[in-house]
Amino acid sequence: MRYAIALPFLWLAVFFLLPFALVLAIALGTNAPDVAPPVELGFSFKNFALLFSDDLYVAAWLSSLRIAATSTLIALLLGYPMAYAIARARPEWRPLLLMLVVLPFWTSFLIRIYAWMGLLAKNGLIDQFLRWSGIADNPGSILGTEWAVHLGIVYAYLPFMVLPLYATLEKLDTSLLEAAADLGAKPLTAFLTITLPLSLPGIVAGCLLVFIPSIGEFVIPDLLGGTDTLMIGKVLWDEFFTNADWPLASAVAICLLILLVGPIALFQRQQARSLERRT
Amino acid sequence: MHAGPIADSIVRIEGLTKRFGAITAVDGVDLEIQRGELFALLGGSGCGKTTLLRMLAGFEVPDNGRIVIDGQDMTGVPPHLRPVNMMFQSYALFPHMDVATNVGYGLRREGVKAPEIATRVAEALEQVKLANHAARRPAQLSGGQRQRVALARALVKRPKLLLLDEPLAALDRKLREGTRFELVRLQEQLGLTFVMVTHDQEEAMSMATRLAVMNTGRVAQVGTPHEIYERPASRFVADFIGIANILEADGGWLAVRPEKITLSANRLDAANTVAGKILDIAYEGDRSLYRIVTEGKGTLVVSTTNIDRTRPASFARGQGVWLGWSAEAGHRLSE
Repeated sequence: MRYAIALPFLWLAVFFLLPFALVLAIALGTNAPDVAPPVELGFSFKNFALLFSDDLYVAAWLSSLRIAATSTLIALLLGYPMAYAIARARPEWRPLLLMLVVLPFWTSFLIRIYAWMGLLAKNGLIDQFLRWSGIADNPGSILGTEWAVHLGIVYAYLPFMVLPLYATLEKLDTSLLEAAADLGAKPLTAFLTITLPLSLPGIVAGCLLVFIPSIGEFVIPDLLGGTDTLMIGKVLWDEFFTNADWPLASAVAICLLILLVGPIALFQRQQARSLERRT
Repeated sequence: MHAGPIADSIVRIEGLTKRFGAITAVDGVDLEIQRGELFALLGGSGCGKTTLLRMLAGFEVPDNGRIVIDGQDMTGVPPHLRPVNMMFQSYALFPHMDVATNVGYGLRREGVKAPEIATRVAEALEQVKLANHAARRPAQLSGGQRQRVALARALVKRPKLLLLDEPLAALDRKLREGTRFELVRLQEQLGLTFVMVTHDQEEAMSMATRLAVMNTGRVAQVGTPHEIYERPASRFVADFIGIANILEADGGWLAVRPEKITLSANRLDAANTVAGKILDIAYEGDRSLYRIVTEGKGTLVVSTTNIDRTRPASFARGQGVWLGWSAEAGHRLSE
């Protein structure tokens, strides 16, 4: 019984710490294409140095950050009204509406992204509709653009935005809004001065839950994006599988991890604080 | 003090009705509230008093009838444009703002300049004796302090009408009594009109200048506490406020309050006398309540004031006694 407490640590050690040590060891080695696995162990930081000196990696980084940030913003702008509407819906409707938000999870993520490929492709449903309705004569393929990548990320991660927002908005005491109105606040002012600041914990949680996985996203930019869509997750994949440069790919993975530690720590601190406030 | 009843009126409620589905919460209420009054809406839960208050604030839209505040028809006027402020039962303080920011909220909405806001907020906090708590968050305050912040936040706007929804319900008993006097003092000092909702008859009787007793969405009686107690209009009001003995007399009903009846071991020289036997005695410290089975008048409740500290109880359970009351002791009920 008293050893049961060690189980989570054992789990972390086997499935996180050990793999991390392996990846770190590979990242410090050198590429050796003739052996299997193609690594020659060593202790050199040249792979890391390359990441910072080569424009490709820096550009991939910046573009990942940009795409993740704009996608997060779009998800927030879409998710907030959704969460607000669900929280203000009649109580008997809320479980159904929440289920609709998470319903897409019942289908595999990969299949849903493939479905979007079909929708966005040239002569796909959306393309056909645009031409048929006369909105655009020759819209061309949306597939393979950064638009499609944004769309895919927003689509895939929107529930992660809606759920924490719903949780904070649902808890909001409606008498606070009545008090604001009573004191002379127009509905918009009441929203900006009461609802918005009080839902800030949900906004932060939702944004981080969308932003963190978006940065390292590989499937969406690979399937929906074009050759010019540069994201760090895709670079990692290319280094590993196309160039078979394991040490460089490992270095990319480690940098990705280190750079995500910041937002993840922020998320956890925020969670701990809102937990504290509740007690 | 004032000229006439029409000039005095600040709120006029005409035929106000509000239905929630099949339930009629407020059913054709007519009321007139005078300027400078502390008016109480008294009734049990579900009597419609809170719905009526919420219609005054604009949170509920009446199905019929109208509300006129200071000569202005409030039909279609949203809450943020009404010249009234409300103190919520839950206080509804903004948890993310400190006390001064909470109190200044309404003034900022009016576009009052920052220096004036600071002065008026300080003044309002002074009035509720919270001057040195301005920088605290609501979570750092006690229940009584929160209540006073809510009061200051509503008062600082100098509303024509201050609505108070069960203002003392969330306080413990000791604090409640002190706060009662405090509220009345503020109301008189500021010369404002208060409309208060309460389910506590003692609270309504001791604070209000006039009150409306409500029952199933209707006003059962409007009057001063004295009128309501001594001259109840109906059996409902007589029963609801204090204790009343309802006697049949000349084909009608007569309400006799327990303290109007004299209790004696011997036959009394009074307009009305009846013999009985003591069924129960409830000793309440300041007074004792006797339940007495009488010959022909049913079970009556009589109270005696315990004036003498050293004298032992005069009557014992099971003892035969005489009850007597004067000709004016009872009030004839109209229904």
